Amino acid sequence: MLKMTNIYKTFNPDTVNEKQVLKGLNLELEDGDFVSVIGGNGAGKSTMLNMIAGVHYPDLGSITLDGEDITKLPEHGRAKYLGRVFQDPMMGTAANMEIEENLALAYRRGQKRGLSWGITKEEKELYVENLKMLDLGLESRLSSKVGLLSGGQRQALTLLMATLKQPKLLLLDEHTAALDPKTASKVLELSEQIINANSLTALMVTHNMKNAIQYGNRLIMMYEGRIIYDVSGETKKSLHVSDLLEKFEKASGGEFANDRMILS
Amino acid sequence: MSIMGIVMAIFGAASQGLTWAILALGVYLTFRILNFADMSCEGSFALGGSISAVLMVNHQWNPFITLLIAILAGMAAGFVTGFLHTKLKIPAILSGILTMIGLYSINLRVMGQANTSLIGQNTIISIFKGLLPEAKALGIKDSTLQTWVTMGVGLVCILGVIAILYWFFGTEIGCCIRATGNNENMVRAQGVNTDKMKILGLILSNGLIALAGALVTQSQGYADVSMGVGAIVIGLASIVIGEVILHKVKNFAAKLMSIVIGSIIYRIIIAIVLQIGMDTNDLKLLTAVVVALALSVPVLKKKKGTLRREGN
Repeated sequence: MLKMTNIYKTFNPDTVNEKQVLKGLNLELEDGDFVSVIGGNGAGKSTMLNMIAGVHYPDLGSITLDGEDITKLPEHGRAKYLGRVFQDPMMGTAANMEIEENLALAYRRGQKRGLSWGITKEEKELYVENLKMLDLGLESRLSSKVGLLSGGQRQALTLLMATLKQPKLLLLDEHTAALDPKTASKVLELSEQIINANSLTALMVTHNMKNAIQYGNRLIMMYEGRIIYDVSGETKKSLHVSDLLEKFEKASGGEFANDRMILS
Repeated sequence: MSIMGIVMAIFGAASQGLTWAILALGVYLTFRILNFADMSCEGSFALGGSISAVLMVNHQWNPFITLLIAILAGMAAGFVTGFLHTKLKIPAILSGILTMIGLYSINLRVMGQANTSLIGQNTIISIFKGLLPEAKALGIKDSTLQTWVTMGVGLVCILGVIAILYWFFGTEIGCCIRATGNNENMVRAQGVNTDKMKILGLILSNGLIALAGALVTQSQGYADVSMGVGAIVIGLASIVIGEVILHKVKNFAAKLMSIVIGSIIYRIIIAIVLQIGMDTNDLKLLTAVVVALALSVPVLKKKKGTLRREGN
């Protein structure tokens, strides 16, 4: 469904800060794939997701989604296909607006917006149903400002917003990295639950190797702008963190995996 | 000075506050909702006044229709600022300044001189006043009747503007504009073109501000090319006074109303300090200090909190 072909991207070209982040990246996703993406800092994981989302455009290469070439489509133009959750819990929601207003914005993702009311009565019932699923008590706080919620609650809400209108592809960019361990695992479980319930295709970037092995049917490892390891099915299930570390060290020529990866 | 004199001064200030309140509402749209410090309002305020005055004096247009033309001209000015900022990537504050400076020349061109007097012209104020019995027949001074009519006209305009804004910011597009001022990333991720939302917000804001300029011109009886100087600070003063006094208000329409009250209180404060004997030339400095203080309240409060914590 998603096909990234030979993607190159250099930031700040022709300056001292020049950084080639993606170097001929190729990736193909099947319908229903739930892929976890791991790799060290600067491996290009987030850049890859941002390419798909249209935050940055590739210098070279093409991206197609269900056969449609989206390489040059602006960010807001391809949002109708994508659900996104960001690393920063502040990024996915509008803090000064109410929970229901945020949901209403997400409910209309990709639709033309006009002068009809921004939120209708029928919708509110739908939102209550969906918020109950999160099991965070948010269903009774529809008109609370999102800024009053905790990071975990905001991430759960963002997750709901990303999937309220079924996306073709769900992009999770280290969406639990800023949360405490308990909240992080709760949000991860929610993610899996929502992905399975709606049979979504998803890409999840994570720094946590255990999570990468535990969740999803496929795992890819990135290093210096390329995918160096791609495993799925039974082989993936039987992986251990030590296997991944070994792979990583081999790829990086014996360099130490960064400490966040070792600790996980 | 007699009690009656003070009461009349306060009513006069209130009527002025009502006509200037629409300016404050326009500034609120950009400064608070869109999170965009829009300097072009200084130019579009004078633009609205100039256009309204010239159309009435030189072309004998109906005063009501000149208000509409003023709104359209202000909207065009807002579009220019939005275009400079979103499409040409010029920083927000500079985009506004460029439009403001450009408008100064345009306003001089529109009027052909630095100011236009409306003496002997029919304005919306005089038209409504004409519908009422003579001041003498009512047993009041003519200037008192003028104040009352101005207040009435200002109030009707404000209620209309607030009703429209309340409706608009409840619609799908209005919600997107509010969200854009809050978190652009999120809005783009929901498939909305944030550039369009910013331009739309600026168009709306400057249209309102030009309307305010035209109303002020018609109520004070002249347009001046420099009437917009300090408009943004006056708008901000009204906003922060309203917010400080009615900080518990949550409903959007009530928030807008609090700005109107802020605008009236601002004018009353000005009237009082003038009565006390302050030099008119110092007013802008006073306003700037008041706004700077009010805007720094959150920081000062935080500082105090930190000190207390450190003290423990």
